[in-house]
Amino acid sequence: MTGKDEAELSRLLRAAIGGDERAYADFLHRVATLVRGFVRRKIVQGGVDPEDVVQETLLAIHVKRHTWRPDAPVLPWVYAIARFKLIDAFRRRGRRIEIEIDEIAETFAEPETETVSERDINRALDGLPPAQRSVVSSISVDGQSIGETAAKLGISETAVRVSLHRGLAAIAKRFGRQ
Amino acid sequence: MRTEDLIKALDADARDKAMPMGKAWWLAVGPAVAIAATVFFATIGPRPDIMPAMHTMRFMSKFVFTLALAASAFALIRALSMPGASTRRATAWMIAAPLLVVLAVVLELFVVPEADWGKRLVGSNMMICMSFIPLIGIGPLAIFLGMLRYGAPTRPVLAGAVAGLLAGGLAATFYAAHCFDDSPLFVATWYTIAIAFLTLLGAIGGRLFVRW
Repeated sequence: MTGKDEAELSRLLRAAIGGDERAYADFLHRVATLVRGFVRRKIVQGGVDPEDVVQETLLAIHVKRHTWRPDAPVLPWVYAIARFKLIDAFRRRGRRIEIEIDEIAETFAEPETETVSERDINRALDGLPPAQRSVVSSISVDGQSIGETAAKLGISETAVRVSLHRGLAAIAKRFGRQ
Repeated sequence: MRTEDLIKALDADARDKAMPMGKAWWLAVGPAVAIAATVFFATIGPRPDIMPAMHTMRFMSKFVFTLALAASAFALIRALSMPGASTRRATAWMIAAPLLVVLAVVLELFVVPEADWGKRLVGSNMMICMSFIPLIGIGPLAIFLGMLRYGAPTRPVLAGAVAGLLAGGLAATFYAAHCFDDSPLFVATWYTIAIAFLTLLGAIGGRLFVRW
């Protein structure tokens, strides 16, 4: 299972870095499932919402994807980031956990779905400058494309891309600082 | 915001590409060396007898130590800045520089009469050594900490400390060209203290500034 995941995920991420956007969405969905399973297994007592950690991990993977070497395995990279973000989430809540690296190898994907509740990411989104916030929420929450967002807001597609990029980077940074 | 929605936003931002971390590290070396060189030549500069000095073993051995430290720290910090990368081999190589220094010290103790040990250890430059290695190294350290921010070190304090060792190795390489005290006894003592100071500074910097 893990071996197959590894081959498939590294193929998808390589394709994504090569400019294949479908491959990137596919990669992120699979990673979200894997990380959700991993995080849920680690959080036994309450205090930390697993889905917050999943979202933080995805954002970190996105803004730090230049730290993956295309000739290196992708799963250790993904789990190292997930583990870092999980420990960070516990640290913020004044808890400490120990995670054995060996346990990560046993982790495999399960069809787990997310729960809906108030998210850390919404607070981070609310803290963005208005221009970035409207672009990010148009593309994420409203599900509109870059072109549709540009037309709706009356700005160029380039401006949409820049605001999106800066907005996501700012959210990721806010998570790191909390 | 649902995770599904977040993925839409990340996917729409896929086109933006950052420079691969491994390549970025190599590019950071240039400015780091340039800053160290500028500070070095603007302040103390090389010793006037550097040409004849280059024919002596003791003078040249200093560069072997400092370059071994810089090279091994560079390999380790690269690995530490990339999540999930194996650090075992790079960590093992960190023993090289201390081992070389210890070997040289043992040799020196054999060669030099006991009465001169103290004089060789204290030398004539220890205050300059302890102030100029950190002074030359502080700019490169700032660059390396900036690189760690660009990367994703899962152990920021350790990575910051290694940034200090790297900056220390680089700064000591320049300083060694100035210093008249070539005895391994001097190097093992005062260089180590100066580099340890940069290492501590790097660890603090890693704790405070390297968040992601």
